[in-house]
Amino acid sequence: MLSQESLARIDRELTKYPDDHRQSAVMSALRIAQDELGWLSKDTIAFVADYLRIPAIAALEVATFYNMYELEPVGRHKITVCTNISCMLRGSDEIVDHLEKRLGVHMGETTPDGKYTIKEGECMGCCGGAPLFHINNKRMCEYLTPEKVDEILGELK
Amino acid sequence: MLKIEIDGQAVEVEHGSTIIDAADKIGVAIPRFCYHKKLSVAANCRMCLVQVEKFNKPLPACATPVSEGMKIFTRSKSAIEAQKSVMEFLLINHPLDCPICDQGGECELQDIAVGYGSVKSRYTEEKRVVLNKNIGPLVSTDMTRCIQCTRCVRFLKEIGGMMELGLVGRGEHAEITAYVDKSVESELSGNIIDLCPVGALTSKPFRYSARSWELTRRPSIAAHDALGSQIEVQVKNNRVMRVLPREKESINECWISDRDRFSYEGLNSTERLTVPMIKQNGEWKEADWKSALEYVANRLKVVAEKDGNDIGFLVAPTSTMEEGYLTKKLARGLKSGNVDHRLRRGDFRLDGHFQGTPWMGCNIPDLQEMDRVLVIGSNLRNEHPLLAHRLRHAVKMNAAEVSIVSSLDDDPLMPVAFKEICSPDGMINELLQILKAMSSLQRLSLCLPPSLNKLLEGIEVSANADAIAHSLAGLGKDYDLVSPRSGVFLGNMAQHHPRYSELYSLAEAIASLCGATFGVFSESANRVGLDLARALPSAGALNARTMLEQPRKAYMLVNVEPEFDCRNGKQAADAMAQADFVVALTPFKSFALNDADVMLPVAPFTETSGTFMSMEGRVQSFAAAVKPLGECRPGWKVLRVLGNLLGLEGFDFDSSEAVKNEIFGGEKPSKVVWNKLNNNLRHLVEVDVKATSTALRRIGEIPLYQSDAIVRRSLPLQKAGQSSVGMAAMNSALMQKLGLQEGDLVRVKQDAEAVKLPVRLDDRVYDNCVRVPVCAETARLGDLYGEISVEKAS
Amino acid sequence: MANEVCFRTLHLPNPGSLETYRSIGGYETLKRIVTEKVKATEIINQVKISGLRGRGGAGFPTGLKWSFMPRYYDGTKYLVCNTDEGEPGTFKDRDIIRYNPHQLIEGMAIAAYTLGARVGYNYIHGEIWEDYVFFERALDEARAAGFLGENLFGTNFSFDLYAHHGYGAYICGEETALIESIEGKKGQPRFKPPFPASFGVYGKPTNVNNTESYASIPFILQHGGQAFQDLGVANSGGTKIFAVSGHVEKPGNYEVNMGIPFPELLSLAGGIWKGRQLKAVIPGGPSTAVMPAASIMGATMDYDGLSKAGSSLGAGSVIIMDDSTCMVQTLKRLSYFFFEESCGQCTPCREGTGWLYRVVKRIVDGEGRMEDLDLLTDVSSNISGRTICALGDAAATPVLSFIKHFRPEFEYYIQHGRSMVTGK
Ligand SMILES: Cc1cc2nc3c(=O)[nH]c(=O)nc-3n(C[C@H](O)[C@H](O)[C@H](O)COP(=O)(O)O)c2cc1C
Ligand code: SF4
Ligand code: FES
Repeated sequence: MLSQESLARIDRELTKYPDDHRQSAVMSALRIAQDELGWLSKDTIAFVADYLRIPAIAALEVATFYNMYELEPVGRHKITVCTNISCMLRGSDEIVDHLEKRLGVHMGETTPDGKYTIKEGECMGCCGGAPLFHINNKRMCEYLTPEKVDEILGELK
Repeated sequence: MLKIEIDGQAVEVEHGSTIIDAADKIGVAIPRFCYHKKLSVAANCRMCLVQVEKFNKPLPACATPVSEGMKIFTRSKSAIEAQKSVMEFLLINHPLDCPICDQGGECELQDIAVGYGSVKSRYTEEKRVVLNKNIGPLVSTDMTRCIQCTRCVRFLKEIGGMMELGLVGRGEHAEITAYVDKSVESELSGNIIDLCPVGALTSKPFRYSARSWELTRRPSIAAHDALGSQIEVQVKNNRVMRVLPREKESINECWISDRDRFSYEGLNSTERLTVPMIKQNGEWKEADWKSALEYVANRLKVVAEKDGNDIGFLVAPTSTMEEGYLTKKLARGLKSGNVDHRLRRGDFRLDGHFQGTPWMGCNIPDLQEMDRVLVIGSNLRNEHPLLAHRLRHAVKMNAAEVSIVSSLDDDPLMPVAFKEICSPDGMINELLQILKAMSSLQRLSLCLPPSLNKLLEGIEVSANADAIAHSLAGLGKDYDLVSPRSGVFLGNMAQHHPRYSELYSLAEAIASLCGATFGVFSESANRVGLDLARALPSAGALNARTMLEQPRKAYMLVNVEPEFDCRNGKQAADAMAQADFVVALTPFKSFALNDADVMLPVAPFTETSGTFMSMEGRVQSFAAAVKPLGECRPGWKVLRVLGNLLGLEGFDFDSSEAVKNEIFGGEKPSKVVWNKLNNNLRHLVEVDVKATSTALRRIGEIPLYQSDAIVRRSLPLQKAGQSSVGMAAMNSALMQKLGLQEGDLVRVKQDAEAVKLPVRLDDRVYDNCVRVPVCAETARLGDLYGEISVEKAS
Repeated sequence: MANEVCFRTLHLPNPGSLETYRSIGGYETLKRIVTEKVKATEIINQVKISGLRGRGGAGFPTGLKWSFMPRYYDGTKYLVCNTDEGEPGTFKDRDIIRYNPHQLIEGMAIAAYTLGARVGYNYIHGEIWEDYVFFERALDEARAAGFLGENLFGTNFSFDLYAHHGYGAYICGEETALIESIEGKKGQPRFKPPFPASFGVYGKPTNVNNTESYASIPFILQHGGQAFQDLGVANSGGTKIFAVSGHVEKPGNYEVNMGIPFPELLSLAGGIWKGRQLKAVIPGGPSTAVMPAASIMGATMDYDGLSKAGSSLGAGSVIIMDDSTCMVQTLKRLSYFFFEESCGQCTPCREGTGWLYRVVKRIVDGEGRMEDLDLLTDVSSNISGRTICALGDAAATPVLSFIKHFRPEFEYYIQHGRSMVTGK
């Protein structure tokens, strides 16, 4: 279900924890699985649980608790905009409006071509660079303006 | 001890107690939802907030340890305010549908809410709705009612041994669920119904059938394993509506197994026999009791007049002591020595060698105090679900080392220190190895008979066997060697083993060499009691196996369904078919009794008084919870009248009590029992090292919900147990060897009988063995551990 | 003076590299302590003298916390660093791990030596992936250079440190939720007692500190506790990183001495943007009470100064709001945050945060009722102090303080169905 590379990455995470606490690696294992497959289906979660030798329900608890796991398919580029107070004070609404108009979808939706999903996020701990979003849980884009957003969208394939 | 004060009352409690422990001790009621004395503390419901002097905020009584001089106020203004506000929070999203909720009348939330007076709700927003989950045939869900106390999650993880439910999602979206649509499989799952403080988890079979206040509660004893769990049978209109545990710390604590909880559905089965029936010209005809009994007496008399030993008496091990005793008495009166209740036993070489009645060797709670345990031939979770829990507890609390010798590698849901999975014959060899390793451990003196010593010389000890011996001996660990807390136990599968005598002898030798408790986790509700009541063959007479191998002219079956309950279903059926006369005392009409000539409807355990004796030697008598169905009669009465009709001496009992008195010689049972329970053998049986044959071997497991006639008729249990019956399971090596794939249909042949079954891949089965559980499809196959052949069905 | 402790390398090229850190004497203190076998009690004493108080928000004296760790214990003790900052307006720890990760590593190694911890984890906020990757690289560097791993500096002191990546849950900043999360579970806080010092990661004794707290340690042991204390004021030793966000010209992190008057900090951040007026400040993250301009302008930025002025220092996350800010709409966003982030295990928080949010939302939607303000206050007080962890209190604080200081704005909104400030 997962590639050798992903499994090797999970194995590397496992080295951080004592042998009898494989469950500790579940967060990174789910993250690695999501990186490869785009989202976490129930089968993927069960696979990860099995790999770590923990009950599937324990992995499901984790996958449903943390915000950044996707339990439904998302677009190729998932853009999560922080709308919390510091970003709001510096115009995250404008960024949201701009994204919605540009992409023709609302927050929480995916463009019909499957390219973009836009989501509302909670504080990302980078409020100095507000307003901001991150892409696919990986790339942080700060000090956004509508123009800068266009530039970033232009780069995304 | 710490001195504290609760609501002005002084109380002394142990170090480490929490406020709730202390309050419970003196009967001060602190409301609670998440707290349960047998589960880990979650402190999440916040209902138990109380005021503690010197703390500026209320503290949860369930999680706050007491300290010397603590002053606690459970009903002060600040405590009540806190409790009231929590109650308000709990109710804002809780449906107010008590009138249609199954929990109505026994709902902890309802009870406590009433105590706080119903305030008009200040919550005007929309209430949360949570989708229901299908978690199997036993437990019904109504998740909108859930208050997220997580008792169910903790129960399954901590007591059940497997995390099957979880609280997924976060915050207000958090909800209890199993993994996707998985059923909860724990054999203890019903307990979450009792644990759920609201109506979110209720009994599926019981659902909507009665309101709690309409039910009459009658104490009884569980009838499906040898634990002797105390139950409460709840009754409406003379019908058993449901079964709940009675709390008995030293036996079942506050739990019961699903088998004990849901078997009652079998009592209400349409297959119940309610009038005596006589077969005439191959057709069953209803009869009145008088003529049926006279007919039976006459037929038996005719056979007995020639030779009493032409009659065989088979008693199900779930029968009461009274039934067993009177059957034996009847047999002796008819000059037959052929009485037995050990129907699934194959090896009787130890008969005559026992010094007493074999039993568990200790008390149930002792098990959880042990720190090294060897279990031989047991599928613990099937055989004694709550015993498995006790052992699990020992592993968790004392880091007990559990070792297992078996032919099946089924997961007992606890960490196992050492296990040796081997063929049935291999088990003998394994025990020899452990014995040898044990005897060569220096501290232990050698006191084995010369023949065995000689045999041991040729045995090679594997590292695993050596490790098990070391573990049991407690070497190299910081154990208390003065009063060792170790045990060696034989399970049901050992008792069914074709070489049980050898297993027993070796296990006893191992235990005695290391000073461990030795015992038998005996099968069925009353195996120990029927032994003590001597429902056993007299010297030289036929036992349960030979009675069928050498067919009798007549049989009396007491609660027995021959194909299902006897070791060799085929042989049992054939013997019944050949006999001139078979009388069955049975609660059920049954295809398994097709070859009987008379069926007498006798009462199951809920409809009769009687006595069971548990594996720990506890004698427990019970009264009928309901009146016998139709014309059913208690078995002891039927046997008594038969005795009278046959003109036998000593059958003038006017109550089951009187029968019991005779069994115990007029003494208090407790006085008698302790002298009679004894696992020691007079001599060791000769042990042999047989070359392992290459033939396929059947592992005739008795699945959890196939153990006895009542259980087999409980539809909810049958649904729950579906996946463990009706198949031939083998490991991948064997599948490959036979060129089979999962799901293939195979013809399983044993003796002259063959059945078609789907193949299941099961790597828990040992090489060259096929797990063919006893069930409707396989009942007519032969010996539980016989040779078997498997070929692809075309 | 600024950037004297945690941001010591910031003025140098490539501030986050091992090379740069070593150029200012990095890891020398660790080496000295380990090779000279400095006594743990002596180190703890210096930390006590330094007046360092936990920078995670609660301000618990670090030296005292360290003294709770059991000295003799058979088995592994753990050290945990909390880089999970997720409280809105907090972004200081991120800059430590990306601009000066080695000082954090050295601080943790010294703590591990002092407390006898064999293994450490740094729990890093989920959203800052690039910084997590950077920190992992710093760990590799430190390992390769012999500052982490077995038998450091040829002694019998060994310490392994790993990064654990969060994945989006504010609650994991709470130390026991964080520990659960390291164990691979949902981040649900544990009831305390037992505290992590006796029952932490895998049930073993564990010390948890904030990133800034650990990163201050090398300075304290290099220059002595007194030198650190002297940077600050009584009861608030040392420097503090203030993360200034919102309506200022130059949002960002400012490491300054404790006790700095608020106006000075404000001018460091370039003053209120667009020439507008200051309306209100949340001085330490939303779990601290909002302060109207008048009361913050007279306050000094230290534990006592802010508590005298009616709020608290929290994590030093200063959120500035100018006069165009609608307090009702702002409260709605904050209430939504706590509602979304409640872990859901304990009743008052799970049920109460949703209730609060829905009522505030109703007001913003123009369907408020006058009695809602009392209801909000009442429900907030009913959550406060009755939950397992402090998120419940944190959720109540903005509601209580916003209504307390800006009641007329709320009343206006209810009466008119629109904002007094924005008119919308
Ligand atoms: C809801 C909640 C969120 C918290 N978030 C953080 C956080 O992001 N970072 C942090 O260091 N401490 C956070 N804390 C405080 C921690 O529980 C803990 O007190 C702190 O990490 C201890 O480190 P210190 O003593 O160095 O401050 C939070 C507490 C609560 C109740
Ligand atoms: S206060 Fe909230 S976040 Fe904290 S434990 Fe309770 S439900 Fe979870
Ligand atoms: S019973 Fe104490 S918090 Fe639930």
